[in-house]
Amino acid sequence: MEFGPNLIIALIEGSVQAAVLTLIAVGLSLVFGVMRVVNVAHGEFFMLGAVLAWAVASFVGGHPAVSFILALIIAPLLVGILAAAADILILKRINYDPENTIVATIGILYIIQQMTLITYGPDARPVEPPFNHRFSIPWFEYTEQGYSMYWPWGLGTTSYKLFVVAAAVAVIVLLWLAISRTKAGLMMRATQLDRDMAQSFGIPVDRVNAIVFGVGAALAALGAVLIVPIQQAHYLMGGEPLLLAFIVVIIGGLGSLPGTIVAAVFIGLSDGIISIFFAPTLAKILSTLLVAFVLIFRPQGLFGKAVR
Amino acid sequence: MAAVNLLETKNLTKQFGGLTAVNGVSFELPAGQVRALIGPNGAGKSTLVGLLCGRIEATAGDVFFEGHKVTHIPAHKRIGMGMAYTFQITSIFGKLSLHENVALAARPHHKGGAGDLDQAVFGALGDVGLQDRAEELASDLSYGHQRLLEIAMGIVQKPKLLILDEPTQGLADVEVEQFNALIKRLSETSTILLIEHNMNVVMETADFITVLNFGEVLAEGTPQEVRANKLVQDAYLGAG
Amino acid sequence: MRAGENRVWLLHIAVVLVILALHFVLPPYHHGILARVMVLAILAMGYNFAFGYTGLLSLGHALFFGAGMYAMGLGITGLGLSPGIAVLFAIVCSVLVSAIIGSLALRTAGVSLMIVTLMFAQAGWYLILYFGEITRGDEGFVIPQAQRLVAGIDLADSNNRYLIALILFAIVLFTTLKLVRSSFGKALVAIRENEERAKMLGYNVFAYKLGAIIVSGTISGLAGAAYGLLFGYVGATFASVQYSILPLLWVLLGGASTILGPFVGTLFMTYLIDISSEFTEAYLLVAGVILVLLTLFARQGIVGEVKKRFAPWLP
Repeated sequence: MEFGPNLIIALIEGSVQAAVLTLIAVGLSLVFGVMRVVNVAHGEFFMLGAVLAWAVASFVGGHPAVSFILALIIAPLLVGILAAAADILILKRINYDPENTIVATIGILYIIQQMTLITYGPDARPVEPPFNHRFSIPWFEYTEQGYSMYWPWGLGTTSYKLFVVAAAVAVIVLLWLAISRTKAGLMMRATQLDRDMAQSFGIPVDRVNAIVFGVGAALAALGAVLIVPIQQAHYLMGGEPLLLAFIVVIIGGLGSLPGTIVAAVFIGLSDGIISIFFAPTLAKILSTLLVAFVLIFRPQGLFGKAVR
Repeated sequence: MAAVNLLETKNLTKQFGGLTAVNGVSFELPAGQVRALIGPNGAGKSTLVGLLCGRIEATAGDVFFEGHKVTHIPAHKRIGMGMAYTFQITSIFGKLSLHENVALAARPHHKGGAGDLDQAVFGALGDVGLQDRAEELASDLSYGHQRLLEIAMGIVQKPKLLILDEPTQGLADVEVEQFNALIKRLSETSTILLIEHNMNVVMETADFITVLNFGEVLAEGTPQEVRANKLVQDAYLGAG
Repeated sequence: MRAGENRVWLLHIAVVLVILALHFVLPPYHHGILARVMVLAILAMGYNFAFGYTGLLSLGHALFFGAGMYAMGLGITGLGLSPGIAVLFAIVCSVLVSAIIGSLALRTAGVSLMIVTLMFAQAGWYLILYFGEITRGDEGFVIPQAQRLVAGIDLADSNNRYLIALILFAIVLFTTLKLVRSSFGKALVAIRENEERAKMLGYNVFAYKLGAIIVSGTISGLAGAAYGLLFGYVGATFASVQYSILPLLWVLLGGASTILGPFVGTLFMTYLIDISSEFTEAYLLVAGVILVLLTLFARQGIVGEVKKRFAPWLP
């Protein structure tokens, strides 16, 4: 294929990546923003979402659409509850001390991952998409007769991939509304601004923490349910999205939701595009180094405003 | 004047965003003096001291120590040149022994062997009356004794200039009297810059007073002159 | 001058002598494990120097471990160095890598420092995979037995391996003991306890922290070189994030900021994983559970708790 059609494919694949990455990263960013917690186990919540989606599909059977809808509800809910429990049982008890929290979430990471290995096993398993119409995309080329339209072989996508993008956008919009328009969102923002003040105004900070931690994990799980019909479920699948989400959250400016979204789209797209034209490993080397240097020389993030 | 001042600032200014905390302060501190820096809350005393010892970077103006320009020299090097600074909020190493606290202060200035170091440490602890508690953890001390430990950490450096940031804050009256006596003894060997709220301490110990208000030098003079100064009285009454 | 100066040295000499005595009595299986534990404990001791004594929590020590290991391995197979020279080469490389990483990463602190070190280590790991033609990527490469002879001593022989591991272990043990009791080590503790105060006592905090990272990274690099040479294999796994987490785990388990903690932690953890891997392939579950339990209930670690309760004189 030529450059043009290749770029279109890269853009589509990149958008799907970006959509799911946005969900994962927003979850991570939410938790960091409100609780000041760096959740290293975040990728495992994503993985759990995918494995639960598979479990629901194989348990329920029937039409994939039915189990898909069920999975969309059950997986984020279960993962959210598990995360909230981890918050109450572990993180709260160590007072969210930054360094201890990271150590504890590393522990949680291994526990979830290895428990999945014991129960679910080491295999990668597919989940059938609820619908999957394939369609081709036309391209234009310049010939002696002027521009003409043709269908390059391999240039196309599926309805499901477009759905993933649309669904992610919808979830982010809903989340945005929830944070900015509801009382729960207000409590959350108050906790983010000043914990002690929020507490003295009667906001149940402990409960806010547990819910935020749960919602953050649920967002990652939701992203996983969406991506698993394209990607397959595997117990080690949490590592890479975690790294990417970290990159996004840091480049977007720690704890800033708009920055996170912009960065997720940017990283998701560029990762998709770079991976098609360059070796994926090279792309990873560059992006990890980018994160390190952003933190060293521009800690407010590339898109964030300088503090003070 | 031919004699070099130990410490001197020229038009020293610090702005935080839109706020000017210290505004064009020029002040001179000759060697051997006990100088008090006073002023109402928010007058910029702590910022000024931060600029002097290098904890805060100046926006404009310069600081000179023994005639050398030190404006852009980092704090740890200024300490090495002979400034010592004790913290306004007690800042000791709670998990370490008193001996180790003072030894940590002494080591960057100490060239001799371990025995000499020990002698210096016990000497400084003795100056503040804590020599018998050298092996206790600093966090086990009472607040007043922690303040004294801070001062011992300053003394052991044998500084040319000892900057004491609100040393008597939170001390009991008896302790304040002991502190006054200590300052008088110390003034025989080093120059002292004392940031102080307690006017009794200031009047008792200072040779000379600089009054700061709204980031600027409002008045300077001997304790008697400052006490009689109308501007100073207004500033304190106005702020009170 | 303080009481107990001698007992500190005697205790550590005794530990080394006990390990030496075990050489003659341990059955082959445990003999092999202990040799491995000693080398990994060197990594843990290196980690502890930055984390325990200086308070710098790095999540990137796999980079130093891997740097030492690959510098040694590629030095032998690629540059044709003799093993002894290759280890020296690895040490030089570790000094360089830790100096560069340290001077960059130490511009940050706390959580940022953790992420920056993690990212550098990930970049290093990806670099090894990216240059798979030289490094043999994930597969790694074996250092042939013929190239593992130092002055006629065959490192592939399990007895030699044990004794050389012990010698290196003892060297690092006494070096770190000496360092943490020096004015350098005491300044690091001061920086850990109260950085601002240390600065205002005249310590160049950045230089001290950089020094700590270089010592820590170099010891970790030495561990990597020794591991590759003694066990004859160099692979990308040793530069992966797992080898940044493990030393943290060992040090936390054994007791951060104690000299014997890293060895005790490595020993316990290795046996725990060894025993649990008989029952399940998910042996890392043990690591996870222990990490969580440590943060919840035993922040001091094993040696740390002993020190707190019975022997405050322990260094």
